Amino acid sequence: MNKINFLKPEKSNLFTFLYLGSFLFFISVIDVFLNSFFRINLTSFLPNLISFLLPLIIGFIGLYFIRIEFSGIKKLDLINKHINTNNFNAILSLLIIFIIIKSIPPILSWFVVDASFAGDSKDVCSGTGACWTYIKVWMRRFMYGMYPNAEQWRINLSFIALALLGSVGYFATDKFKKYLTLYYVVIYPFIAFLFIFFFISGGPVFFDFSYGIIAAILSIIVGFFIPSKFKFYYFLIVPFALYILLKYFLFFEEYIELGKLEGLNWVETGAWGGLSLTFIISFFCLIFCFPIGMAFALGRRSGFPLIRYISIGFIEFWRGVPLITVLFMSAVMFPMFLPADFFIDKLVRCIIAISLFEAAYVAEVIRGGLQALPRGQYEAAKSLGMGYWKMHIFVILPQALKLVIPGIANTFLALVKDTPLIFVVGLLEIVGMLNLAKTNPEWLGFAMEGYVFAAIIFWIICYAMSKYSYNLEQKYKTDR
Amino acid sequence: MNFKLKDIVPQLITVTAVVLVFGFFTYNAQINMENRGIDFGYGFLSQESSFDVQFSLIEYDGSHSYFRAYLVGLLNTILVSVIGIIIATILGVIVGVARLSPNYLINKFAAFYVEFFRNIPLLLQIFFWYFAALRALPLPQDAEAIFSVFFLTIKGLYIPAFIWQNFSVFFYSVVAAIIAIIFIRIHARRVQENQGKQIPVFLISIGLIFILPLLSFLIGGVRLSFEIPVLKQLATTSFVYEGGVSLPPELIALTLSLSLYTATFIAECVRAGIEGVNKGQKEAAASIGLTPNQVLKLVIMPQALRIIIPPTTNQYLNLTKNSSLAAAIAYPDLVLVFAGTALMQTGKAIEIVSITMFTYLSLSISISILMNWYNKRIAIQEK
Repeated sequence: MNKINFLKPEKSNLFTFLYLGSFLFFISVIDVFLNSFFRINLTSFLPNLISFLLPLIIGFIGLYFIRIEFSGIKKLDLINKHINTNNFNAILSLLIIFIIIKSIPPILSWFVVDASFAGDSKDVCSGTGACWTYIKVWMRRFMYGMYPNAEQWRINLSFIALALLGSVGYFATDKFKKYLTLYYVVIYPFIAFLFIFFFISGGPVFFDFSYGIIAAILSIIVGFFIPSKFKFYYFLIVPFALYILLKYFLFFEEYIELGKLEGLNWVETGAWGGLSLTFIISFFCLIFCFPIGMAFALGRRSGFPLIRYISIGFIEFWRGVPLITVLFMSAVMFPMFLPADFFIDKLVRCIIAISLFEAAYVAEVIRGGLQALPRGQYEAAKSLGMGYWKMHIFVILPQALKLVIPGIANTFLALVKDTPLIFVVGLLEIVGMLNLAKTNPEWLGFAMEGYVFAAIIFWIICYAMSKYSYNLEQKYKTDR
Repeated sequence: MNFKLKDIVPQLITVTAVVLVFGFFTYNAQINMENRGIDFGYGFLSQESSFDVQFSLIEYDGSHSYFRAYLVGLLNTILVSVIGIIIATILGVIVGVARLSPNYLINKFAAFYVEFFRNIPLLLQIFFWYFAALRALPLPQDAEAIFSVFFLTIKGLYIPAFIWQNFSVFFYSVVAAIIAIIFIRIHARRVQENQGKQIPVFLISIGLIFILPLLSFLIGGVRLSFEIPVLKQLATTSFVYEGGVSLPPELIALTLSLSLYTATFIAECVRAGIEGVNKGQKEAAASIGLTPNQVLKLVIMPQALRIIIPPTTNQYLNLTKNSSLAAAIAYPDLVLVFAGTALMQTGKAIEIVSITMFTYLSLSISISILMNWYNKRIAIQEK
């Protein structure tokens, strides 16, 4: 047997050090484990501070002993490489292990062991754990807001239908794949709008719908006679103008009443709320902010100085102010800017405000993608004789958008995370409902459960979104 | 000049549309205000505000003007932003570096932190800290002292106040130390360029920054004493702490959630920046004989900073703007004091919302100009 120098672990006495080191390390872990799970303090005979620090010291000595390079034992080498490279790392690793062990029992007992699940009144929640009964009782309110209980099947049905329609892309055969973009960009949002406006709100969809069709047909017929140079501007302005003209000036509100479907009660948007409202707002803002953002991104890189300055002004304005003031503006300032008898629903104002706000961020992200494209792409497209729109639609944007998938995903994530701010205008989505439920005199003192519940929901949504965007990024990655 | 119809028409249409929309809005606004009998103007700013603000950095009560109320709100916003930025930067850099650690546990721990806090809405976090976590704190009379001077209670954090004598002497000594350090740095660089000698600038700087203020205590007659908060009974069940500085729970919840949230983004920026420096740079620097410290200081950091600073600036701006969420938990920031209370009292929606927006706009634009300048400086140095 060689002489052992305890200050300098060596390979020659590998097993002595290994046994001793791992023994010390496990003793320290067991000490912390017993302390945290069973409240047994093995070292209670020592002074407080020493008894507190002892596992750390023992564990550190243990890790010091097993830090032997090229020991030939694979697992030991792996451990040394990953958590035990030097003294500093060893202490940090120990601390993290101890924190994890220490934090498991309280979290577990709060979430599961001491928590109450059964019953439907506050009386069952007397333990020290969480009161999930509270969530159970208030579940409908957290999901649907003040939407009448009897009508909630409408929301469920719409969301299920929209989810099914949204998943069409996965089942499409190659023959229909080329229409998918059209479907997702134009048809699907339109169907979603119909569902939400017609089914969830019970709105007068028939006449709205018919005005839209009349306006579209009229403008398309006239559009044939417009020189192609101005076609874009024509289609940007005229259909909407026609629609507004038809709806608010030529026809009367009484006819709109006729458009309501028999048997569906009108549920005003003030009653909408909960998680379903989060989804509705996120969905619409997502749809609207993308084209607006794209338009301003192109505008900012346009060769026309006036258009460029307007775009810069728009983008910098919205990026410079916080969303909460924008919502304030939509709530208190915007009605002042409209004719006195012209009323826009609170929810719609909200969606407009958030869409414009996020559009500025989307614009900056897309601009980044446009700038990252090599000039050759522009020049090649131009040399093929493509005009501005053709060049952008078929050559530039497909490549630029591919580049900015992560940025756009981040913006959309921010949008979803910003939806709770609508409490400013008095709309209560899930966080707002939590705040309302928390002040209910029968259910005081369960704020923690509510926030943890909402946090878990949001975390799952956002994490899933970010993972999905990562997948998209990988899927569309092209090597240049 | 070469006027082409093709160039003019789209611009003209766009401008006309913008002007029309704005004109429509202003026209309606005028009519609406006439109907409601509101007159437009910023004269109300000098009127007496007659409302109180809970927490303010400057002297303020109901007899002061609306403009002073605005200042109170603005200062509170800046206070939260500055504290938040400092904490978020420190935390973000630590977590970002930890994300690159070869230590598996530290790496995963940092990743967990980032993924966890990044994916929960900030408003929810603020509510959580304010309504759930900080409400679980003890009442003033039950609070245990931390290091026997700090008191963390449900009514806020009480910390000792510094009481200075001859504070100006101390202040000037710190200023003198900083100036001396700058001169020594310039001198050291000159010496190194001319003679190749290295002066231990870092040690000298540390020495100076400690010794000069210390001298001001010994010679300059500076005295520092602490005023420790003391529990005082108001009624049988009502206790407060007196003396010291009290930080309201709103401020604590807000800075905590803002910095925890923003730190995750800063951490990602830092990680991306350090990963963005080519590995060959590090190896090349090591091969010409620089020490690991010098490699970090002279080669890695200058390049990494160029990648880190622009997105981090954005995060600072975001933090400043997000501090407006304070209104949700009644921390008297600009939005709550001015766009909330003052607007309710005066009813001057357009003026007040526009002032508020303009303030945030100028705050963020000034920060971004500052950071752009710094960014440019760094970019030039690299050549």
